[in-house]
This record gives sequence, structure tokens and C-alpha cells, in this order.
Amino acid sequence: MKFFEKIANIDSRIIYLLLFIVVLIPVAFKLVLPVRVSEPVQAAYDSIEKLPEGSVILFSVDYDASSAPEIQPMLLATLRHAFSKKHKVLLLGQWALGLPFGEIGLNEIAPQFDAKYGMDYVNLGYRPGYRAQMVGMGREIRDFFASDYKGTPVDSIPLMQGIHNYNDIDLLVGLEAGQAGDEWIQFAGARYGLNIIIGATGVIAPDMFHYLQAKQIKGLMGGLQGAAEYETLVKHSGTGIAGMVAQSYAHLLLLGFILIGNVGYFVIRRRKQA
Amino acid sequence: MKKEIPLAITFITGLIIIVTFFIPHQPLGTMQQRLLLWYSIVLGFTMLLGMDSLLRSNIRKIAKRSPGWPFALVLIIGFLGTLIVGIYTWATSESLLSLGSSFMYVYTYFIIPLQATMFSLLAFFIASAAYRAFRARTMEATLLLITAAIVMLGRVPIGAEIWDKFPLIQDWIMEVPQMAAKRGIVIGVALGTIAMSLRVILGLERTYLT
Amino acid sequence: MMQIIGTWIAAGLTLAIFSFLYKDNPFYKFAEHLYVGVSAAYAILYVFYFDVKPLLYEKFLTEQGAEKWILFFPAAFGLIMLARWIPKISWLSRWSIALTVGIAAGLGITGQIQGILLPQIRGTLVPLTSVNNVIMVIGVIATLVYFYFSIAHKGAVKHGARLGMVFIMVAFGASFGYTVMARISLLIGRLHFLVYEWLHLVK
Repeated sequence: MKFFEKIANIDSRIIYLLLFIVVLIPVAFKLVLPVRVSEPVQAAYDSIEKLPEGSVILFSVDYDASSAPEIQPMLLATLRHAFSKKHKVLLLGQWALGLPFGEIGLNEIAPQFDAKYGMDYVNLGYRPGYRAQMVGMGREIRDFFASDYKGTPVDSIPLMQGIHNYNDIDLLVGLEAGQAGDEWIQFAGARYGLNIIIGATGVIAPDMFHYLQAKQIKGLMGGLQGAAEYETLVKHSGTGIAGMVAQSYAHLLLLGFILIGNVGYFVIRRRKQA
Repeated sequence: MKKEIPLAITFITGLIIIVTFFIPHQPLGTMQQRLLLWYSIVLGFTMLLGMDSLLRSNIRKIAKRSPGWPFALVLIIGFLGTLIVGIYTWATSESLLSLGSSFMYVYTYFIIPLQATMFSLLAFFIASAAYRAFRARTMEATLLLITAAIVMLGRVPIGAEIWDKFPLIQDWIMEVPQMAAKRGIVIGVALGTIAMSLRVILGLERTYLT
Repeated sequence: MMQIIGTWIAAGLTLAIFSFLYKDNPFYKFAEHLYVGVSAAYAILYVFYFDVKPLLYEKFLTEQGAEKWILFFPAAFGLIMLARWIPKISWLSRWSIALTVGIAAGLGITGQIQGILLPQIRGTLVPLTSVNNVIMVIGVIATLVYFYFSIAHKGAVKHGARLGMVFIMVAFGASFGYTVMARISLLIGRLHFLVYEWLHLVK
């Protein structure tokens, strides 16, 4: 009797401690497991892979520190892929508090491929306005981004010559932790025919599958697993692959909690009924 | 006049945006582009809206030495300190975003750990909630529980190690039944949003003015 | 050196917030208040750096003729939005709200029709030649029936709504599973920081 009551009423702090340990050990000991690549991530990869060399890819950094552990590895992996294929990169952000992650990503990856600022990539910065800005950029990017993040006029940046609106952009990589992804799909994808792939947090990734099926987006990376899959495809291990064992063990632990919670609940309930 | 002018502004701007969608030619095209730009500019200002009450309430707390006032002081010092560092960076660096600038120092070593850790607490709370509240009490709850369990196993590498079909079942759930329900929901939401937007433009819905 | 100090600060703040898991305490409160203060200042700076400066100030310098003076309007709408701060004239801010609401509603109608409604219906109009397609079409219709409250849920409608409920529960379960994944990832991110950026300094 006492046993089942106990397992139905474990102190929260014990649950916290167990979760902490279960995540810490694989992280500290760098355990890894093979990562299987799912179709939506493969499709995202192919969208960049199949572009002819020198294509223009727009990256939208629409997240901040609250979801960076999931999405930053996606940014790094897709940037790595884009630069390795000698594509041109434009980057902007819809989340004020997250824009530095874009700059951090560019500064980490671009030098590895000898990509030069202004020639191979540009950071346009942030402007408020979400949907209004997305629709407006379909006509002329300069109306909203007349200068880059440093204040340099866009017209004096070599890469930006001839880039005026979505007709001059081959793909959008939307890295999303909220509503901005849906807005890109509605206002740049549906309205102007911009090709889009999405990297989304686990929380919003399930809300992207209907876009994928309707071919409104070309590919999808969902959560840290999505990042790990893309890292596998670009053959460069990052924090996505590194986190997968911890992620696995934590899921098992949680399922264990759900199981014993239910066992305790049903045993006690049955005894009460008896 | 306090109500009529805003209603007129909403009606005219909403109408221009809709008409321009169908007729993007001059002068409507330029007019729309201008409105979109105005929207962006004005939306930026809304980010400032909460500031005065935030600062005022905390300054009052410090002045009155209300319980917990030292924390209000921390907030104000954090605010002023970041503002000063930001203005200094603006004046001396290439950009507010320049890595290595003092403003980015504050971002990297204060904002990132604070925000990221705050949200990582949710991992612990969801674990505790799963244990306490996730009970197979009814048929619906059982279905939800089973789906969640399969997805949690199928979505991580250990799932395939346990049974190689878990990832495939997970993919199928996400791409077929899950997607169908979400689609049903978004179609419903879209219809609702369209009706609501029309009511707003026509001035039938006015709660935003209160 | 500054980097090492910074990493120690970041680790200290991380642990201060984690301490909340034991119980609410002054360290957590300190970190929480610091977070609000610092990010508020950050937001203000960004408004000026990425909004007022490029979209108003720099445009005013570069535009010619009437275009230059038209910028007075968005500037005024932006400023009167702040009229909310002064109770006597706070009603003025409704003009700015009306502007943003009008534009957002106009974009909302066209965006929802073109970006959601039509493509999502088109995506549902598939040949019923595979089991998956049949399940998908039934799922979409059943979910819509479940949310259709204008008719009483009786007879065939009741069964349709019940089936809709099954699909919705599967969707919620899937969302829950993904949410668990997301939350755990955030914890992994923090522990990764503590182990590899901070503790390796300790060693």
C-alpha cells in the first residue's frame, strides 16, 4: 500500500534532480548515437543542394536565446551548407532580441569558407513590422533595408547590386520560434512565390506539416533532432548531434515518470473503489 | 470624434491594403508601400509602451522602501547600465551588433544566460507535470498519451535502437493524422480571422479602441 | 580576461536561476529582476537603432521633396502611440492603434485567403487512391465538424465530431511530444554551456 502511495507522490525536487543527472551525464561524457535522417530534413537539404552555384539565400533569424539551443545549430548547419556550395547569403531577423545570433553564426561559419562580407554575405539587421515588412520587401527590399546592420548603404554593397525583391532571391531559410514562420509562408511564399524551407522549434514544428504537405514549404527541420539530422547531412557534428543522447535519455526518463505516475494512480484508485 | 477618427483610419487603411492586393498599379502600389513602412515604424514604438509603467512602478518601490525594493534597484541598475553601455557602443563601434563590443558583451554574458536558463526551467516543470497530470483517465486522454509516447520515442535516436519501426510510426503520425487535425484547425482559424478582420475594417468590432 | 570574467558571470546567473528549482530565493529574484531591466534597455536601444534611425532619420536625410515631409506622418503616429503614458491625452494613441489594426486586418484577410485557406483546401483535394489520403481527408473534415458549433452535435454530426476528437487528441499528443523535446533541448543547451564553457575554465 505504502509503496504505491509513495510512487504516486514523488517530491518534485527528486524529479528535477533525476532529470538534471540524466541530461548531464551524456553531455559531459560526449555520448553519441547514430542519427537517422527523415524525409522533411532531407528535402530541406536538397533545396539548398540543388541550387546552382552563386544562388541567393535569405536567412531569417526569428528566435532568441529562449530557443537558441534548438535553432542555432540549424543556422550553423544551413550556413555551412550554403557557403560550401558558394551561395550568397543575406541575413535578417524578425526578433529584436535574437538578431545577434545571426551575427554570431555568420562570424563563425563565413571565415571557414573564406566568404567575404559584402561580396558573399550581408547582414541586413532587424526592422519591426513582420507581415508589413514581408509584403513590402516583395516590391523593394531597400524601402525597408536601405542600409545594412552597420548603417552602410545597401547600394554601396557589391552583393546587393541587382537584388531588389523576392524575384532576386532563390530560397528563404526561415528559422522560427513563433508566428514569423507562418507570416513568411503567407506573405512571401503565397503572395510572391518565394521558395521556403523552415527550421522550427519543437513547439511549433507540428504546426508546419500541413504547409509541407501542401508544398507551401520545401523542407522542414523540427527541433534539436532536426538540427542533428541536418548536421549529419552536411557531415559536420555540432551541438545537435551532441545533444541527441541526452535528449533520448531524458525522453525515456519522462516516459518512466508518466508510467509510474499512472501505475500509482490506478492502483490507489482501484483500492479506494474496493 | 474620439471614436470616429480611429474608425475612419482603420477603414481607409484596411481598404487600401485589400484593394491594392487586386490592383497593385500606381498610385495604389506606392500608397500601399508607404502604409506598410508606416506600420513598421509605428510598430517599433509599441515596444516602448510598457517601459514607463515598468520603470515607474520600480522607482516608486525604491522610493517607498517597499518590501523587495533592493530587487527593484537591481532592475533599474540593470536597465541604466545596459542603456549606458549601448549608447557608448553606438557612439564608438561600427554597429550595435559588432561582436566584441561592450553591448554584445552584455548580450552574451547577461541576456543569453538569463533568458536561456529561464526557459530551460520549463524542462523541469514539464517533467513534473507529465508525472503528476498525465493520466490515462479517459479514452481521449489515453489516445493523447499513447501518441505522445510514440512521438517521444520515434523522434530521438534511442527510439530506433529500441524498435526500428518507432521512427516510421512517428513520421506517419506527424504526416497523416496529426497533419489532418492541424489542417482542420487552421482552416477554421483562417475563416475566423477573415471574418474578424472584416468586422474590424467595417467598424463592427471596436474592442481594440477601448 | 574579459571573456573569462564574462563566462563566470554567465555561469553565476545560470546557477542563480536554476536555484529556483529548490525554492524561491534572493539569488533567483536578483537574476530575474536583472533580466527584466537589461532586456528592457536592450529593446529601447533596438527601437532607436533599427527603427527610428534607418526608417525615419536616415530616410529624412536621403529622401527628396514631398517624400521627405511625408515621413512626418509615421513619426507623429509613432509619437502619439506614446500618448498612453499621459492619461489626459491617452485617447490620441487610438489613432496609431487604428492605423496598425487597419493595416494588419487588411493584410490578414488577403494573407489568410491566399496563404492558408486556398492552398490548404487545395492540399486536401487529393485522389483517394491511398489509405493515407483517405485518412487525411476524413481527418480534416471530421476536425472541421468538431469545431462547427452552429448545428447541434446529433446523429451523423455527433459521430463526425467524435471522430474529429480522435484526430485532435492525436494532434495534441504529437504536439506534447514535440514540446517535451523542445524543453529538454533548452536544458541540454544550458548544461552544455556549464560543462564546456564554464567548467573547463574551472579545470
